[in-house]
Amino acid sequence: MADYSNKLYHQLEQETGIQTGYIRTGSVFLAQTQDRLISLKRINSRLNVIGIPSEIISPKKVAELHPLLNVHDLVGAMHVPEDAVVSSADVALALASAASQNGVQIYDRTSILHVMVKKGQVTAVETDKGQIECQYFVNCAGQWAYELGLSNEEPVSIPLHACEHFYLLTRPLETPLRSNTPTVVDADGRIFIRNWQGGILSGGFEKNPKPIFTEGKNQLEIQNLQEDWDHFEPLLSSLLRRMPDLETLEILKLVNCPETFTPDMRCIMGESPSVQGYFVLAGMNSAGLSFGGGAGRYLAEWMVHGYPSENIWELDLKRFGALQSSRTFLRHRVMEVMPLLYDLKVPRWDFQTGRQLRTSPLYDRLDAQGARWMEKHGFERPKYFVPPDKDLLALEQSKTFYKPDWFDIVESEVKCCKEAVCVIDMSSFTKFEITSAGDQALEVLQYLFSNDLDVPVGHIVHTGMLNQAGGYENDCSIARLGKRSFFMISPTDQQVHCWAWLKKHMPEDSNLLLEDVTWKYTALNLIGPRAVDVLSELSYAPMTPDHFPSLFCKEMSVGYANGIRVMSMTHTGEPGFMLYIPIEYALHVYNEVMSVGQKYGIRNAGYYALRSLRIEKFFAFWGQDLNTLTTPLECGRESWVKLEKGMDFIGRDALLQQKQNGVYKRLTMFILDDHDTDLDLWPWWGEPIYRNGQYAGKTTSSAYSYTLERHVCLGFVHNFSEDTGEEQVVTADFINRGEYEIDIAGHRFQAKAKLYPVTSLFTHKRRKDDVELSDLHGK
Amino acid sequence: MSISALLSMGRCCCRCCCPRGLWMLSAPCCDDRRMCVCPGPRRIGIPIRSSSLPLFSDAMPAPTQLFFPLIRNCELSRIYGTACYCHHRHLCCSSPYLAQSRLRYAPHPAYATFCRPKESWWQYTQGRRYASTPQKFYLTPPQVNSILKANEYSFKVPEFDGKNVSSVLGFDSNQLPANAPIEDRRSAATCLQTRGMLLGVFDGHAGCACSQAVSERLFYYIAVSLLPHETLLEIENAVESGRALLPILQWHKHPNDYFSKEASKLYFNSLRTYWQELIDLNTGESTDIDVKEALINAFKRLDNDISLEAQVGDPNSFLNYLVLRVAFSGATACVAHVDGVDLHVANTGDSRAMLGVQEEDGSWSAVTLSNDHNAQNERELERLKLEHPKNEAKSVVKQDRLLGLLMPFRAFGDVKFKWSIDLQKRVIESGPDQLNDNEYTKFIPPNYYTPPYLTAEPEVTYHRLRPQDKFLVLATDGLWETMHRQDVVRIVGEYLTGMHHQQPIAVGGYKVTLGQMHGLLTERRAKMSSVFEDQNAATHLIRHAVGNNEFGTVDHERLSKMLSLPEELARMYRDDITIIVVQFNSHVVGAYQNQE
Repeated sequence: MADYSNKLYHQLEQETGIQTGYIRTGSVFLAQTQDRLISLKRINSRLNVIGIPSEIISPKKVAELHPLLNVHDLVGAMHVPEDAVVSSADVALALASAASQNGVQIYDRTSILHVMVKKGQVTAVETDKGQIECQYFVNCAGQWAYELGLSNEEPVSIPLHACEHFYLLTRPLETPLRSNTPTVVDADGRIFIRNWQGGILSGGFEKNPKPIFTEGKNQLEIQNLQEDWDHFEPLLSSLLRRMPDLETLEILKLVNCPETFTPDMRCIMGESPSVQGYFVLAGMNSAGLSFGGGAGRYLAEWMVHGYPSENIWELDLKRFGALQSSRTFLRHRVMEVMPLLYDLKVPRWDFQTGRQLRTSPLYDRLDAQGARWMEKHGFERPKYFVPPDKDLLALEQSKTFYKPDWFDIVESEVKCCKEAVCVIDMSSFTKFEITSAGDQALEVLQYLFSNDLDVPVGHIVHTGMLNQAGGYENDCSIARLGKRSFFMISPTDQQVHCWAWLKKHMPEDSNLLLEDVTWKYTALNLIGPRAVDVLSELSYAPMTPDHFPSLFCKEMSVGYANGIRVMSMTHTGEPGFMLYIPIEYALHVYNEVMSVGQKYGIRNAGYYALRSLRIEKFFAFWGQDLNTLTTPLECGRESWVKLEKGMDFIGRDALLQQKQNGVYKRLTMFILDDHDTDLDLWPWWGEPIYRNGQYAGKTTSSAYSYTLERHVCLGFVHNFSEDTGEEQVVTADFINRGEYEIDIAGHRFQAKAKLYPVTSLFTHKRRKDDVELSDLHGK
Repeated sequence: MSISALLSMGRCCCRCCCPRGLWMLSAPCCDDRRMCVCPGPRRIGIPIRSSSLPLFSDAMPAPTQLFFPLIRNCELSRIYGTACYCHHRHLCCSSPYLAQSRLRYAPHPAYATFCRPKESWWQYTQGRRYASTPQKFYLTPPQVNSILKANEYSFKVPEFDGKNVSSVLGFDSNQLPANAPIEDRRSAATCLQTRGMLLGVFDGHAGCACSQAVSERLFYYIAVSLLPHETLLEIENAVESGRALLPILQWHKHPNDYFSKEASKLYFNSLRTYWQELIDLNTGESTDIDVKEALINAFKRLDNDISLEAQVGDPNSFLNYLVLRVAFSGATACVAHVDGVDLHVANTGDSRAMLGVQEEDGSWSAVTLSNDHNAQNERELERLKLEHPKNEAKSVVKQDRLLGLLMPFRAFGDVKFKWSIDLQKRVIESGPDQLNDNEYTKFIPPNYYTPPYLTAEPEVTYHRLRPQDKFLVLATDGLWETMHRQDVVRIVGEYLTGMHHQQPIAVGGYKVTLGQMHGLLTERRAKMSSVFEDQNAATHLIRHAVGNNEFGTVDHERLSKMLSLPEELARMYRDDITIIVVQFNSHVVGAYQNQE
């Protein structure tokens, strides 16, 4: 995105003839610590493969690039020579004039009263100067976007919050810096420094931000707020430490200009889930200028084509629900987000504020047993359970790019899943029920989903909800509860998106009933070979595969509780069951399972164990590996697509065509070979994949497989033509014949590519020899 | 000579000075603070250890005795170090703390004359063969904090429905001992059967027995005085029939604030007698209870009970000794009762209640809600003179002390100033040996003709809270001696409102370099950092009281030195300090105002 902005601004001056102040200065990102350097190296290797030149340089080289910098406390830096600086006001002017030349009308000094909506579709905008009819409306109101969204009859919630943001302007230096002196980002010092009219412009993201306008009493015009020098003091100290010679430089002023921040540090764009034609682009987390150009392009594509040319689920407005719109939540969260912009970004970081919002009824029970929590879409999920005799590092110390401190804990949880039985609370998953009086439910679902849902009652189908291009809008499991009712399980963050998609495609006047039952059920995942024993003992029903085949769903009693939906699947490929329990029974069923399970060695497990199991079994996950631009054929899921199910479904044409032409990328599993888990940097996601020394794609997720005792990464392999760089068809043969390397922060590790999961037969064998007395102990 | 100089120049601060240096009632060797049973008077026979110290004359009592163990412990250098510092302070500081002993027999003879110039002290130290070079002894900031915070306590009035309907937001309290054990006490409780909150500070003298007893009992007496007739009847009936009692008080106590288990039964019986009398007095017609009257009655009644219990005695020898110690020691009390916008302050003695008022321009001013009962109060002098025959006019207050001995003019306990000589003699003779051996209790004040000279009757001040009344500081004289009331209110006010009050800096066209600005900001931050260190307003105030330098800012070095004084010397440089800061809820107070 920033890359496109850069190119756009570069051309803008030629196209419009308006000075944008574009100067290619380059930028230097400093690292004061080894960890920061690792993170820069990771960014560096990603920039390089998308064609942005950058390099890691030594402190000595930094001193050559910038005469004023104190480099004594640096361990290295990243230099991006093509970065540029522009003047934001001039860019805006240039863009506006370019737009006018192409026939765009701009109304200055006009305020919007509200947006007119008819039948869930934007029709016009009511302004103080009259009504303007329109088909699309884009809310780009920055810090006012939240209020503007709420002013609608059908409110559009845009979760963002403003913080005061300070930057310092100085008078010119006695010997001005050369105009191409690079911009400096000292993230460890929380500041950035650039040239400004012969002097210095410096600001940063302080540790203790000052959120503002929480009550919604926003200012009416962009106005700079009161300077607060005491607040700026830490940043000023950091500036003077970085550039000691500035001591004698004279201050021009300290600017306090509010910026908006979002709950997850990423901007918000896309169409509203409730109002068609209502688009949003806001919450730029003070990177408005650098991302603006690119974001604008994607949004334009979105409006014109119905979808942008890149996967931008991470920026989609629909990743949030109304639950992120509480002002208190936003206020607290942005106070964490703003400093985080310059904090070290490490794998598996969880936000600390705005937590414990949605919890399962078992939360307290699990917490008391040592659960550590992560949050998704406001829902608390256990990561792993710290045994009573173990202590983990404090939050700050646990940040690492290497082997984390919970490694052994998760190992024992995984082992228990493999050998005995574990219970994981998976209540956060989004659950919908679709029923109808007639056959509409089946008809609609058959049209929306790629797999054949006309299966006998009690069967579960894994299927994708595809878009016209065959890409995954959602990846879910659907259980047929009855002839006319279906139970749909999707990832946690699909709650808003999936609902909107279903609503959009369901016939308006049908008697189809769609209900969000996420809150009604607590989901327990019983994973492991002994899950069968636990359940049959609790239900007095035979649970062996003969009686209860895989991917089967049945309402039955567990303990005293009746009406528990038991499904023979675990989302991991391991044997076991999912129990969907009406919440009032949750505690009872959990207690029963735990007490009966004791003799089978049951224990609690968390999502980290689940993740390790899932990835080693090559289970791709929507939102991480799969997105709207990946099709089932590209990830080896032909068997979950029934092209010939007797009726059309969304994306069928695209898939048919793809089947004929072949795919241009393929999800592949990589097993890292020469990677030392203890000493080497761990893969995360986004690491470049090299095939025969040539860039072939990026990883999408990774996990350590305790069974294979290796790291496993999932990622898409492309076939870029060596001559033209054009994408070519990827075949299984192409995958299998390559030698692969994964680049982690500049270091390449050899990897074996697999298109299908590795059988774990040998682990079973080993186990028999390993039985010892301690296995008789309760866990 | 010089040692004497050292010891005297810090003012004679021990509680009970005696001309012959013969007794001390509160023995500092009491290990078990919870029990607070001091093993009787400690005679101070000065153990002349070496003839090379001929200067220890009988004119220097307690401290010398305390000095010895330290010397034996080879800690002389440390003492010298501190002592040098003290000496220095004394000479160069224009207004040394005058934490004078509250009770003394006579002015110290050597107060002024023993102050020797610095040089002679140095000659002395250097002359001693085992004198080492004076070492500096510093506490680190975390150590300082752990000392300051050891006794801090905060209470927030719980909110219901997200709203705090009480006019009190909560309170912070803390105390810093100078005596060992500390003689100050504090109490805070919510009245459960009536509305309102009670807060009080109690400054004991001649031991902690009396202040301890008052801190345990006074609020019950007040609460009972405030109870309507029906409730009293209900409670009495419950006692009579062995049913569960209505709870009267909800205490808000620091874990170190203890209640005496042993005397609990005795105290309860006295209290019950009190409410039985209240029931008998009231014939049933319910009248509005006047808080002022209730406070006065409660104070007087408790003091009366203390006196009676000591006269009657108790078959249990432990309790018998306890009630005697309570009666023979003394305590002042300053108690606030807050109920809605009605604030009553009942004061007996020289602790003080100060209201922090925020003016419209944001500045702070102090409104005193109590009068000190001591020689600085003309009206008290007048009262004492009126209460006693004309011929005693000169002797009743001498050297600013009651009968030349006692600093506060009103107090609980102190039966030596209340009972007739006959009664005193009788009680002591029939009392346990420990009492009999105690020179202090045996000693009859001079010019003791028309007892009682002392009363526990409080002076009650009423104040109707306004929205600008932000907080109330209750503190013992240990605070007021070291800080001006205006400073106290300003420091607490600025603490409670946070940094807001510090004028923001604006560059506004001036020529300022980054370096200059940086220096300025660092300085400002240092000033504020002490605020952030404390989560408790009372702690913050103590930090200032003990650590303030001449510029009114906390000086860590000074703070560290003051806090590292050995237990035995601490009392010479400061008194026990006990502070309660009550924060008012301006919204609720404002709402009350609007209702009318």
